[in-house]
Parts: sequence; structure tokens; C-alpha cells
Amino acid sequence: MDFSLLPEILASTIRLSVPLVLACLAGLWSEKSGIVDIGLEGKMLAAAFAAAASAAYFQSAWLGLIIAIFVSLGFSLVHGYAAINQRGNQVVSGVAVNMLAAGLAVVLGNTWFKEGGRTPALPFDARFMPIELPGARALAGVPFLGDLAKIISGHSILTYLTILLVPLTAWALAKTRFGLRLRAVGENPQAVDTAGISVALLRYQAVIIAGILCGIAGAFISTSLSASFVRDMTAGRGFMALAALIFANWRAWPALYACLLFGFLQAGGNYMQGAHIGSFEVPVQFIIMAPYVLTVVLLAGFIGKSIPPRASGIPYTKDR
Amino acid sequence: MTPAIELIGIDKRFGAVHANKDVTLEIAQGSIHGIIGENGAGKSTLMSILFGFYAADKGEIRIRGEPVKIKSSADAISHGIGMVHQHFMLVDPFTVLENVVLGAEGGRLIGPALAKARDELTRLARDYELDVDPEAIVGELPVGLQQRVEILKALFKGAETLILDEPTGVLTPDEADHLFRILGQLRDQGKTVILITHKLREIMAITDRVSVMRRGELVATKETKETSVEELAELMVGRRVLLRVKKGPAKPGNVVLEVKNLTWKDRKGTPRVDDVSFTVRSGEIVGIAGVSGNGQSELLELISGISRPASGQIIFEGKDIGILGDPRHVREEGLAHVPEDRQHRGLISSFDASESGILGWHYDESLGRGFRLDRQAVVARSKKEMQEFDVRPADPLLLSSKFSGGNQQKIILAREIERDPDLLIVGQPTRGVDIGAIEFIHKRLIALRDQGKAILLVSVELDEVRSLSDRILVMFAGRIMGERDSSADERELGLLMAGVSRDAA
Amino acid sequence: MAGGRGELPTWVDVALIPLLNLTVALLVAGLVVIIIGENPFEALGIMLNGALGSIKGWSYLLYYATNFIFTGLAVAVAFHAGLFNIGCEGQAYIAGLGAAMVGLGLEFLPWPIVIPLAILASAIFGAFWAWVPGYLQAKRGSHIVITTIMFNFIAASLMIYLINNYLRPVTRMAVESREITGAYILSFREIAMQFFSLRLPSTPLNLTVFLAALAAWAVWYLLWRTELGYEIRAVGANPAAAIYAGIKTDRIIMITMAISGGLAGLMAVNEVLGVQHRLLLEFVGGAGFVGIAVALMGRSHPIGIVLSAMLFGLLYQGGTELSFAKPLISRDMIVVIQGLVILFMGALEYAFRPALARIFVQVED
Repeated sequence: MDFSLLPEILASTIRLSVPLVLACLAGLWSEKSGIVDIGLEGKMLAAAFAAAASAAYFQSAWLGLIIAIFVSLGFSLVHGYAAINQRGNQVVSGVAVNMLAAGLAVVLGNTWFKEGGRTPALPFDARFMPIELPGARALAGVPFLGDLAKIISGHSILTYLTILLVPLTAWALAKTRFGLRLRAVGENPQAVDTAGISVALLRYQAVIIAGILCGIAGAFISTSLSASFVRDMTAGRGFMALAALIFANWRAWPALYACLLFGFLQAGGNYMQGAHIGSFEVPVQFIIMAPYVLTVVLLAGFIGKSIPPRASGIPYTKDR
Repeated sequence: MTPAIELIGIDKRFGAVHANKDVTLEIAQGSIHGIIGENGAGKSTLMSILFGFYAADKGEIRIRGEPVKIKSSADAISHGIGMVHQHFMLVDPFTVLENVVLGAEGGRLIGPALAKARDELTRLARDYELDVDPEAIVGELPVGLQQRVEILKALFKGAETLILDEPTGVLTPDEADHLFRILGQLRDQGKTVILITHKLREIMAITDRVSVMRRGELVATKETKETSVEELAELMVGRRVLLRVKKGPAKPGNVVLEVKNLTWKDRKGTPRVDDVSFTVRSGEIVGIAGVSGNGQSELLELISGISRPASGQIIFEGKDIGILGDPRHVREEGLAHVPEDRQHRGLISSFDASESGILGWHYDESLGRGFRLDRQAVVARSKKEMQEFDVRPADPLLLSSKFSGGNQQKIILAREIERDPDLLIVGQPTRGVDIGAIEFIHKRLIALRDQGKAILLVSVELDEVRSLSDRILVMFAGRIMGERDSSADERELGLLMAGVSRDAA
Repeated sequence: MAGGRGELPTWVDVALIPLLNLTVALLVAGLVVIIIGENPFEALGIMLNGALGSIKGWSYLLYYATNFIFTGLAVAVAFHAGLFNIGCEGQAYIAGLGAAMVGLGLEFLPWPIVIPLAILASAIFGAFWAWVPGYLQAKRGSHIVITTIMFNFIAASLMIYLINNYLRPVTRMAVESREITGAYILSFREIAMQFFSLRLPSTPLNLTVFLAALAAWAVWYLLWRTELGYEIRAVGANPAAAIYAGIKTDRIIMITMAISGGLAGLMAVNEVLGVQHRLLLEFVGGAGFVGIAVALMGRSHPIGIVLSAMLFGLLYQGGTELSFAKPLISRDMIVVIQGLVILFMGALEYAFRPALARIFVQVED
């Protein structure tokens, strides 16, 4: 392996981790409140399309972002209505969201832009472009620090925002009234109900947060990571985020680490056609599937134990 | 002095069940008020109404003389009412502090509330012997301490009146004594305590006044000092007309079932069946009386092989079937089981009657060789059994859920009896069953006994146990409190069921 | 999942609710067509004509339905045991490996031996890929939904690796296996040609359609005429009662998942042995997910599944024709309808119930 590529791989790791982190935090908020969300993928995809389409139309990345958030929110509320009011099966609802998003994005994209579902390529000023941090260029030649600057600098505003969201989420869940109640409702909704707090309202709030985060993730994918929308461009990131969430045992900081690990595996897969362990060449597909294999192994309790919020996936009814 | 709580004319129905009938009750400030009654007497419903979990159909609630509307738990809490539910309302992975402040955070951040709660807990620990480590994870605490957290929760939210629903059901005697000391101190500091229980000893030991409920009605309120366990037991059980079942004397034969030192513990390690021993002979009905939740359900599951004993033996016709822990093998040995809970275990409501009618016997070779299930044979057998047991409508293709309770029970009874078992164990054979079906079911059980079969009957209906059984065992807190014959005095049985044993005294 | 909670008349449950939900799904889809700026009735006409107006249309409809019957049955069998198998996509994919390995590796044997073996291999490979999540749920407590999703992705990567490194002829650029020349399943076109000297339009419809019909019958027989089927349904409908009856739920979960995966695996027979005659990348193409919609729509009953598989066959064939006639309406419209059907039939299943209960329960009394 060529170590001179390392800074580049690490910078790419950060870029690829961003949508994972956002989706993973979305899943975290939702599942902490007791709503299982396998529709992360669909919400991101719908948002990616909405962002690319409206950024192309308005020539503004920011408008794209806002519209993406609203679209993702719409899907979130459908899921919330099915799960909270109708007490429907949350997994089924998530599958439906994924399909609806995948279908609608291509159908509408095809109609509006007539490129088989693809949206027009965005110019630089309609995208979230890399920002060079002050002083990064000055360090360019310096050993180690130069490489570090190369990894940390040159990301879009959304990347830096995402990095801030991790401590914010961790803090909000641990230290605020809302966080305390949310964690409680995902473990024992009856305890929350008998404490005189509305279970449905809390869960809707969680679902809305998840929608907003998926919206940002989608916008990042189509207007920062790429310059247009293409079909199925989220490529399973929503499910990988779910895997990361399990890996992180439903906690914010570990979610960041899990996403960085998975992002690193993705970046590594892109850069090396086969790393070596001894004389054995590790095929790139094995690197790509590693997050999923690791998650299965973890869930089966072979390495440590990952425990979801106890009430997640179970509709709440006041029973008699 | 104005009473702390007044309930006036409270009435509540759940569909056909009249849970509270025009209940009027006064609770004095600074007292411990017991509410006693059998299962389903309406105690918990009444208190759930006071706590805002259900709305009463009719009636008025006054707190310190003021009429109030309690529409939710939040209303109840703001009126100074706290409740410790039978099943704790705790968030297991939270610390004690987090549980205590939930719903009473006082601001957007929980830091100040946690600090305040820590001080408050120190104070409460000093005043009322309510010591708990504030940083402990609730799920890891023993039950007794979890209960203290529930009490702390209520006090932290400013409860002046504390309702406890069957608080000692999950406690060891030592823990229960500690709880009573806490309650006594709360009263001495001017708090009001309402204690719901079915245990007479607790009432006598701790309360100032006691109200007795029976079938949704409040039948009496007494000063504890001026009453006796005998009087309360009688009020609780009532003078009922005994359902007389015609039966001749039993002709007991060989021992069919012998249970020896049987013990089973729940996940938390509390023994729910505790060193139980008894025998059942052929040609007799042995009844187990007791208030529900005293280990009868667990005993039935052990004997039928659904769960495995922690220790002890279940010897059926000379073989220890306890070690099998397998309902199918147990059944093949010749033991049939009518489970307590029809809907939950006895049948499958989305299956048609003929399919529910073979549950547990579906591998029987007469219903199709090898892997096959011969639909015609299944339906034909079901039809025959339905006629034999007068199930209405006698339609094997009707969904199980569409039959009335009595007819569902007959389907199950037919299934179990028609396989000609040597021992039938029956749980709550007539719960939620109409009078006509009750009579029919009782007759069939007596007939089975007269054929020389052994029957073990578990029922929370004392009348039923008395009228059917040849011998009566009373279970309390997982143990057999004593054995009586069928002529035993009702009041004496009532005392045993409430944990008062003359044998021990 | 099986078994309703209301007390509605059976025909309302079995027929009216699915039809109502389908209607709402189609109405929403019609709305999307209007947004696109096309006439929904014209679009519907083109779809119906494209699927039902010609022999070719019908043959495509049945070809699609063949795939969907297998995956729909797979999802339904798992539903009956209270399990949600989202992994049919991966199970069918892995099954393709079994079909191709036998089809290519045992070419020296006569076809009457190779074809049954290849079919068996498909079923076994699919069954294995579902049994593992079943085992992990029964014995290790991992959630079947998550595990089967993960297995879809693992299958996707694994298959790229295997096809690229072991099945692709060195000379070929495309990532696919070489052609199965000896033992493949005849298409109706070839049969008409060879035995009746008839010229039929080109069609992917092949004899596997009969295997699908047989599978539907076999699933019905299994579920309602065998002890195992009784136990599967008991575990799904009321696990506590199943334990009371002495049924070993762990065992049933593993067996049911294996059966479910085996059925999903048969879908590979249609694609690999019947149509492509080689192992292609991503040949499953979403049929595993269509199976969820088919099973929900078909109320998890084989007859319902055959009918709803044909309905989705119609949508796929009609949708393709529609996208030719009206380039504005992409073929992905079908995916939208699929999503709507799953939403209304699955997640909002009870939305219409209170209203219907008010109407019909009164009539009943």
C-alpha cells in the first residue's frame, strides 16, 4: 500500500462519512424515541433529488438545501402518521417510504429534466463547495502538519456543520429536558405517560428532527459530494447508517466513530484495488461489505452486545 | 378537618363490566387508608380514576374540599396526588435521579433539576428511611429499592397523597416491613397514604381505616382498631349463595401426581413457587384456592411442562416429568391441560374452531399420517366434539374469536377431555363464562372425576373451588398455606388466602 | 402479521380492503401523472392495452408474475410465522449462483438430470441465505429485519466478487458468467417453434411459470394441510399458545426462514435458467422487494399472491409500454405504485377499518 495516498484517503473518508453521520443521527433521534426508521435511505434519496432539482432551477445551493429539508420532512411525517397515529408496522412503513422516494425521484426527474431521471450538472455557485480554512495553504509544505491541513481543510460548510451536530446531539440527549424525555419515551412510554407527558408529541418531534437531518444528508450527497442527482445515488447509505447506529449502540459520539470507520472503508475501497494482509490480497468487495458483516456479527452478540431502546418499533397504546 | 380526598358517586363501566358502582369514599388527611377486596373488585380502577389514567363516567372528586377535574396524570400530579403502580413506571437504563426528575424538570436543562433532586433525596432519605444511591442505574436495583424510587418520584413532585397499588406483591417480608416503616413516617409527617391490597395482615398492621370493595361496590369503611380479620374476610368474600354442584363422595385411588418441594424463581430471582408439595389421586378433584398472582399460574405452567422447575420434582405416574420441561412430552404421558388464559394460550383466535380444537394434539396420527394434517379428519373430529360438548354454534369452520367465552372454553375442554387423559389440570375453568356454561363445565369435570380420573383445579373463585373440590389447598405468596376438606369454613379459607394462617400461629 | 384485529365480515377483509387500498394507491399515482402533465386515464388505457391487448403483452405479464409469485410466496410464508423477510432480494441473488454453478458445472450430464439439480441448488442456496438470519434470530436474538437487510448488501458485494473472479470468462469484458448451453429451461417461443412449428413473438416467458403455479399450490398445501404448516401459523398467530401446544418456536423460525429463502431462490430459476441462460449482475432487479407488496396485497394467501403477482406483472409490462408511448412517464412509476401499495396495505392497513367497521358491524347486528 502506498502511504503517500493516506492524507487523500482520510480527506475522502471525512467527505464520505458526512451523509452517514447525518443519517445515523437521524436514526438515533428517531429510534431513541421508539420509532424504528428504515426509511432513512428513501428520505435521503428524495432530499438528494429535491436539492439537485431546485438548486438547478434556482441556481442556489441554499434554496436547494431548504427544499430538500421540506421534502424529507414530508416523508418523515407520513412515516410518523403511520407509526404514531395509525399504529402501523414501522418496518413496512419504512420500506414504503424507500420505494416511494426511489420511484418519485426518477419519475419527476425524468419529466422535468428529460435526462432519464438525472438532473442537470450544477455549476460551482449552485453547489456547496470546499472551503479552505485559513492558514491551510501556508502549511502546505510542512511535514505532517501539511498533511493534517490537507485532511481537515477543504470541506464544504455542510461538513463542518455536521461535525458540530454530533456534540450538539450528544449534549441535547444527555442534558436537556427534551433529551431526557425522549430517551424515556423510547424505553418505557408508560412511564412518560404517567408522568403527565404526551407520548405522541415527543415522538413526532423526534421524527421531525430525523426528517431535517436526512434532508441535509440528501442535499450534501447531490450538491456537495456530486454535482447532480442520478438514480439510486444514495447507494445504501441509509442502511449503512442504520448499521452504524447499531454499532454505536445508539449513542452520538460512537455513531461518529462508526460512521468514520465505515466512511474509511468506502474511501479505502475507492482508492485501493486490493489491500494486502500478508500475501493475501483483500478484494475490494470484501472491504465494501465489511460494515454489513461486522453489524451482523455484532447483532448476534459475538462481539459485545448492542441493545436497542426497549420500546422501539412497538406502537404505544394505553392498555386496560 | 376537611378530608384529603373525597370521591363522590364514582361510576365506571368498561363495556359490559361495571367496574365501579356509585362509589363514595372519604380519605382523612394524615392517615393511612387501606382499600381491600378480591381480584376484580374495582380497587385499581377506582385509584386509576383518581390518578387520571381513566375518566369516570359519573361522579365527583374533591381535594381538600375543592371539587377538581382530573383529566390526566398531569392534573393528578399538580393536585398533589402521586401513585406507585403495581408494575413500576420506571425507565430502567436511567439513574435514580433521572427517573425522579422526569416530568418535573423545571426548565429546559436538567442540570439544575438533578442538583435539586440530589439535595431533596438526601433530605427524604433522612426523614423517611428512603435511602437509595442517586446515581445507581434503576434497572440494576433490587425490586424493593425500585419501589422506593417510585415513592421518591411522587414525593419529589410534591405529592401530599400517595396511592400504592399492591405494593408488597413483589417484596420479601423484610422489604415489606421496611416499606411499612416508611409509610408510617410519611403519615406522621402529615402525608396521606392510600394502600390497595388483598392482604389482611397488612391492613391490620399498618392502616388507620379500611374500606372494603366487592364487585365494584364499596361495602364498608371501618376504623382498623375496631374491626377484625374475620369481619373483613367476611365483608370481602360476602355471604354468597354457593353454586351447588351435585356430586357423590369421591373414591380416591392411586396417587397420579406427586409434587415434591417444587420451586420456581422469576428472572429477578424471587421465588414465585416456593417449596410446594402435594399429591393428587385418581378419582378426586384437588382444588387450589388463592388470590391471583400468588403462584398458581406458575404452578400450572410447571406441571404442564411450559416452564422448568428450579428445584423439586413433579412425579406423574412414577415418572419425573419436571425435568422434561416439554409440553408435548408431558401431554404424551397422559396429562391434559386447560390453560388459565383462553385468549393468550388456550386457543388461537385467528384459527377456525376446528384448528383451535387440535392445538397441542395436532401431531396425533388420527389426524393424518406423517407430516400430513387431514383437514376432513380435523373438521369431523371438531364437529363431533362440538356436539358432544354442546358448543354453539356447532360450526367447526367459524373463527375461534367469534365464539362466546363459554363456548370457547367448551372447545378447549372438549379437546383436552376427549383425549382420555389420566390427569387433567384446569386453570380458571369458568372465568368470564356465562351461568349456563359454568354449570355444564362443572358437570363435565365431576363426570371425569367419577370415571376415575385425577383433576387438579386452580381457580380464584373461592365458590368454585369449594363446590367442586374434594380437597382444597390454599396458595399464598408461592406457598401452600394449608389443606382443608371441602366442608371447610369460608371465612377460614378467606383468612388463608389473605396469608393469615392458624396452622402457623 | 397474519390475522386481523377487527370483527369485519371475511369478504371485507379479504377483498374489499385490498381493493380499496389499491384504488387509493392508484388515485395517488394518477395524481402524480397529472402533476407530470399527462392524462391519467389515457395512461391507464395504454398500460392495460400494453399488457392485455396482445399475446406478447400477456406473455410478458406472466413472465413478470412468475418472479413475483416466488418472491411473494417467500415473504408470505415468513409473514405466517410472524417474521418479516426483507432479504428475498439477496436470497434470490445467491440462489442464482447455485443455478449457474450446477448449470455450468454439470453440463456433461444430460439435461433431465441437470435441470432438477439446478432448480434444487437454487432453492438450497436461497434457503441457506435465509436460514442464517433465521438461526441468528432464534438462537442469538438478532432482529431478522436488520439481519436480512444486511444480508442483501453482503450478497450484492459477494456476487460481484464471485462472478468477476470465478465465473467470468477471461476473454469477456462484461461481468457475467458464460452461457449455459446444455441445460436451460425452454421458453414458450422455442416450444411453439419446435413442437408446433408456430412462430411466436419473442418472449421471456418459459416453463418456469408452471413451477411458480406448483409452488403456489405447495405453499397452500404446506400451510393448511400439514403439521409443519399448522405449527408455522400457530407460532405467527399466537406464540404463547404455540409454546403451550409444545411447538418449538426456535425450530419453526429457522425452518420457516429456510422455506422462505428457498422460494425466493426459485426466482433465480426463471431468470438464470429460463431467460438469461447465464448469471448476470443484479439480475434480481428489485423482484425481492416487489414480493413484499405482492404478499401484502395478496393477504399472504397463495391465491391472492398469484392474483396480485399478475397485477404487478400487468403494471410492469404496462408500465414499460407506457414509458415507450409517453416518454415523460418513466417506468419507475411502477415503483411509486408499489410503494403506495405497501404504504396503504401494510403500514396504514387499519386506516379504513374504523369506518368500514361502522358500516358493516351495524349491518351485521
